[in-house]
Amino acid sequence: MSNILTRTADNVMDWVNARAPNLMPTYRKHMTEYYAPKNFNVWYYFGSLALLVLVNQIVTGIFLTMHYKPSAAEAFDSVEYIMRDVDWGWLIRYMHSTGASLFFIVVYLHMFRGLMYGSYKKPRELVWLLGMVIYLVLMAEAFMGYVLPWGQMSFWGAKVIISLFGAIPVIGTDLTQWIMGDYIPSDATLNRFFALHVIALPIVLLLLVVLHLGALHEVGSNNPDGVEIKKGPKGNRWSPSAPTDSIPFHPYYTLKDLVGVGFFLMFAAFVIFFIPNFGGLFLEHDNFTVANPLVTPAHIKPVWYFTPYYAMLRVVPSFFGIKLWGVLVMFGAIVMLFLVPWLDRSPVKSFRYRGKLSWFMLLLFALCFVWLAKIGGGPGTDPKEAIVGRILTGLYFVFFLTMPIWTKIDKTKPVPERVTTHD
Amino acid sequence: MTKFNALKAFALVAGLLLSTGAIAQEEASLPHSGTDLTDKGSLQRGAKYFMSYCSGCHSMKYLRYSRMGDDLGLTEQDVQDHLNLSGSKYGDHIIASMTPEMAKLAFNKEPPDLSVIARVRGSDWIYAYLKSFYLDESRPVGWNNTVFPNASMPNPLWELQGLQHPVYGKADATGERPVERLEVSQPGSLKPQEFDQVARDITAFLEYAGEPAGLVRPALGVWVLAFLALFTFLAWLLKKEYWKDVH
Repeated sequence: MSNILTRTADNVMDWVNARAPNLMPTYRKHMTEYYAPKNFNVWYYFGSLALLVLVNQIVTGIFLTMHYKPSAAEAFDSVEYIMRDVDWGWLIRYMHSTGASLFFIVVYLHMFRGLMYGSYKKPRELVWLLGMVIYLVLMAEAFMGYVLPWGQMSFWGAKVIISLFGAIPVIGTDLTQWIMGDYIPSDATLNRFFALHVIALPIVLLLLVVLHLGALHEVGSNNPDGVEIKKGPKGNRWSPSAPTDSIPFHPYYTLKDLVGVGFFLMFAAFVIFFIPNFGGLFLEHDNFTVANPLVTPAHIKPVWYFTPYYAMLRVVPSFFGIKLWGVLVMFGAIVMLFLVPWLDRSPVKSFRYRGKLSWFMLLLFALCFVWLAKIGGGPGTDPKEAIVGRILTGLYFVFFLTMPIWTKIDKTKPVPERVTTHD
Repeated sequence: MTKFNALKAFALVAGLLLSTGAIAQEEASLPHSGTDLTDKGSLQRGAKYFMSYCSGCHSMKYLRYSRMGDDLGLTEQDVQDHLNLSGSKYGDHIIASMTPEMAKLAFNKEPPDLSVIARVRGSDWIYAYLKSFYLDESRPVGWNNTVFPNASMPNPLWELQGLQHPVYGKADATGERPVERLEVSQPGSLKPQEFDQVARDITAFLEYAGEPAGLVRPALGVWVLAFLALFTFLAWLLKKEYWKDVH
């Protein structure tokens, strides 16, 4: 019996291979013969976890789409219908809403890993740039998804974010009306955001993820030591030509990532089943009130993952009667991230072999980002907080703009020839 | 940087991210409502009070009588005889007896739907709100509320709680004298502790109505977490076995 089964499986494989001879080589190139450094640590889980969350968002999103009604009159009701009358609808919706926040947690940690180990440095600049474009598209995707339940924060958040484009001279007003298809966020806006959220941006995201991974596999993964394993000795038990310090991605890293997936899912399940609102951070209290253009909420704020940038927007004052500065600073903060591969002049990649000054700057940057997130998520009524916010915004830019200097003057330690540890 | 340091840095950043979450939480000053969604009796009493004292004016348009019956362990007969006071069908949503037009005439504003009010305000707020009505002749309906100043709503539970009068504190900078506390000037039919339980039961019912899935969610979550723990353990064993090759 098993003989027949194996023979049939082999025959099917032969049939496919005869007609698609590049299929198995492609699989091997990216899985069983993709040789990754053997010393990845805990920070290297977040790439595969981001992919897992993306799949979760797509699958749960498909089921939500089956019941959600993209119209201003019905959207809010249809979300409550999903939460109450659709079998397991509450679970699917919580998986999607929690997934959105977890996506950003995972992506922020993934980006911080890149900063810490110099994963953007030559020859991986393209990997970093594609990753940054993914981050931009992800922000647009999250923003539009947040508008769909059509609660008060959906409406007023959309109004504030879209009105940012109104700060652009000359074309601003026309541009905001073109984006909304109306003078305020309305049924037309909701409809087009739905189309962009469920079709356009997911397709772009998937394509970018393929390019991100493709670019990575061309140059090979970096590692916590920042040592180029391809320049080291060759040959190991899997291949005579593979770098000695490497292991095949499959099965070694697929299995290791599976353990990471287990821990991650436990955290996700804990949120989904016990604290799905996450104290008003993942699902905000004000968004359980249906959108009302006539009632402005006391505090308009975006979801937590946008609050660092929102804080910058709020604390930058208008100079010479021009409001554009806050918007410029906010977008500038994201542009800075794109430039990192060319701002970093350090001769070594990994922070393991950089000096105290580099560590100080990196932690200062992390502190600025988190503290700004806190300020952006608050009511923004404390004038002292605005001053602190301005200082933090300044330091955020100092981190990037002086990077060519502090990376150059900071003392580095000797980088070993080979990777040091693995766990 | 050793492996230990990598973990430390990871813990630091994760801690920073989580602490922002903790800081962002509000509503520190209100007393804890003490609701218990696993207490079916409390939910059933809350439903009874809601139907008797609230549903005249407030709808609960996302909740059906039948769903409420199933979730609260009541039969169709129970619900139709004791809770459905409007004569609706068992499968209907809970809609207020008062029409929006009448409500506008009486209160100058339509009483809000209460389906998801607990998700907007939180249960502590509702519990405090229900206990904080006081007589105020300057208001159109003669009532005010310290938790929600100048609310249009009269106290529907005054016969149970009694009438409360405000005790004013010292005048502040603007010359306004804030309400310092409330005193029961004419006792109601219930003792204060008994009334607290009524307010708690109503709050629990509103909390349930805001998210009916909340009744099953935590119990299911325990099984999911137990499964994932086992899965992670097996995945770790498998990883360890394979990684014996790696030196």
